[in-house]
Amino acid sequence: MPRKKKSETSQAAEACACPVDAPEGEILVTGAAGVLAQETIAKLHPKYRIVAVDFRRAVEIGEDIPSYRIDFLKRGLEDIFRKHRIKAVIHLGRIGTNPQGGFLRYNANVIGTQKLFDLCAKYKVGQVIVLSSFFVYGANAYNPALLNEDTPLKASDLTLNLIDSVELENLSNIYMYKYPDLHMTILRPCNIAGPGVRNNIGRLLSMKVVPVLWGFNPVMQFIHVKDMAEAIMLAYEKKVPGVYNVAPEDWVAYKDVLRRSGIKGIPLPSIPPAFPRFISRALRWKAFPSYLINYFKYPTIIDGGKFARTFGFKPKRSLEEIFTHYREMKKRAFL
Amino acid sequence: MTRTLLKKLLITPDVEEIIDKIPKDVGSFGYDPWGFRWESAKVGLGLFKKLYDHYFRVTAHGLENVPPKGRVLIIANHSGQIPFDGALIGVAVATNPAGPRAARAMIERFFPTVPFLGNLLNQVGGVIGDPVNCIRMLRREEAVIVFPEGVRGSGKLYRHRYQLQRFGNGFMHIAMTEKAPIVPVGVVGCEETMPSLANIAPLANMLAVPYVPVTVPFPLPAKVILNFGKPLHYTGDIDSEEGVTQKVEEVKTVIRGLIEKGLSERKGVF
Repeated sequence: MPRKKKSETSQAAEACACPVDAPEGEILVTGAAGVLAQETIAKLHPKYRIVAVDFRRAVEIGEDIPSYRIDFLKRGLEDIFRKHRIKAVIHLGRIGTNPQGGFLRYNANVIGTQKLFDLCAKYKVGQVIVLSSFFVYGANAYNPALLNEDTPLKASDLTLNLIDSVELENLSNIYMYKYPDLHMTILRPCNIAGPGVRNNIGRLLSMKVVPVLWGFNPVMQFIHVKDMAEAIMLAYEKKVPGVYNVAPEDWVAYKDVLRRSGIKGIPLPSIPPAFPRFISRALRWKAFPSYLINYFKYPTIIDGGKFARTFGFKPKRSLEEIFTHYREMKKRAFL
Repeated sequence: MTRTLLKKLLITPDVEEIIDKIPKDVGSFGYDPWGFRWESAKVGLGLFKKLYDHYFRVTAHGLENVPPKGRVLIIANHSGQIPFDGALIGVAVATNPAGPRAARAMIERFFPTVPFLGNLLNQVGGVIGDPVNCIRMLRREEAVIVFPEGVRGSGKLYRHRYQLQRFGNGFMHIAMTEKAPIVPVGVVGCEETMPSLANIAPLANMLAVPYVPVTVPFPLPAKVILNFGKPLHYTGDIDSEEGVTQKVEEVKTVIRGLIEKGLSERKGVF
């Protein structure tokens, strides 16, 4: 007799068993093992009831915050909607790089999100906030600066690895118009960095030596993870559906980023364009993956003005504060 | 060490004084969204101020026509293979006694793909020639230099000197929709800095650049005269493309007049 596979429901039960009676409803936050979700939960929790989920592990966030490990592709996801009265979903969970290949990442990010949206529609969730990324615009030599939300999403032209980011956006847009009662807000932040952030740029800034494409020094934008959590909180509280870029009105070139973060840049030949991609793939650089190389070559500068005006958002932390964190982190590691 | 020495040589006290007078709209690291960087602009201005004063011995007339603040399109004829005209107009506007400004020049689309050069041009104020960039800069009340002839002007052969090539209509659309005044400029002298006898088109195609001229190996010290005309205002709705073309022709005629004025003022090519 084959061994019985542990169901998602039992995995859910295995997590912090905190049955909640919440007549006012709860906010489901995905990607709870990530630092952005934890910062967001920390901001929301004093005022609202939270349910945390992640595909990696059930995280212990607080005694009164039910937390589950769940695969969005499995049926167990619906048990959370059955068990809790979910009034809003903040979808931050995403697989960035998957060693098992792009197909699995696509399934997790796109098909999993679709399942989540279907459940939101079925259980009449009143608000959905989706975390996208500025990556969807693509890093193109011909990009104008201050890309606004109406700019075509060209990322998939450049690399198949970014297709899931664009597809996730398209999917969100379809649901936004198909189910207006979901009051969907899509956020496209610039590079999120700061303590504990383990995305590509967070990894890169944590390193001591990184590649610099020979002859290229693009201007970049960064937002502190705590400011991004604040932006998500504002998006939740003001509930204005739509697509919004999130970025501060401040810009810095890649080499300055490295210098201020205590990182040594090693020149990497940029001609022919296939060469740095080949090196990145051969050396399996997670912080400088081949499909993101153009973002270290050409600027992709977004205009965060619409979000700032609509939600009254102004980041509190400077670029220098972000880079100081990484610089100090290296000093501490050295000591 | 070399960089510090270069800065000391180029960023003289008078350049510092000019820069200090120019309003700055940059972030905490001195950059703007298009990659403009004050520290690089200082070096660029220092270098081109020397070329402006001593190599090309530029004479600029009518600088009072450039408004000291607010959006403006500076429209000029283009020539000289290497676009020194943009840099020289930039220096003239930056050192304008009537109100110095850091003007932004719209550059060819292929520049950002060229290692070093793309970043360098961005840092000193060059911006890829996309209408979206132009509109966004005007909305930030910037002064934008546009050469509506594009590579048709800069890459033309010496035998076609001072013959205005076709102007694109894009700048007029932008001027009308963004309500930006147009300051026309007639550039004289840049045609003679790098006279091109022929264009090696197959090599240009192979290198994916607009042209490869058969010319002198370095720019000749031709005397340059810049004539800034009175601001032209085009308002109202766009009725037809034909109407826009007609307005573009009006601007072209004014520039042609300014070029003729410059040619009549010139006592010799060098």
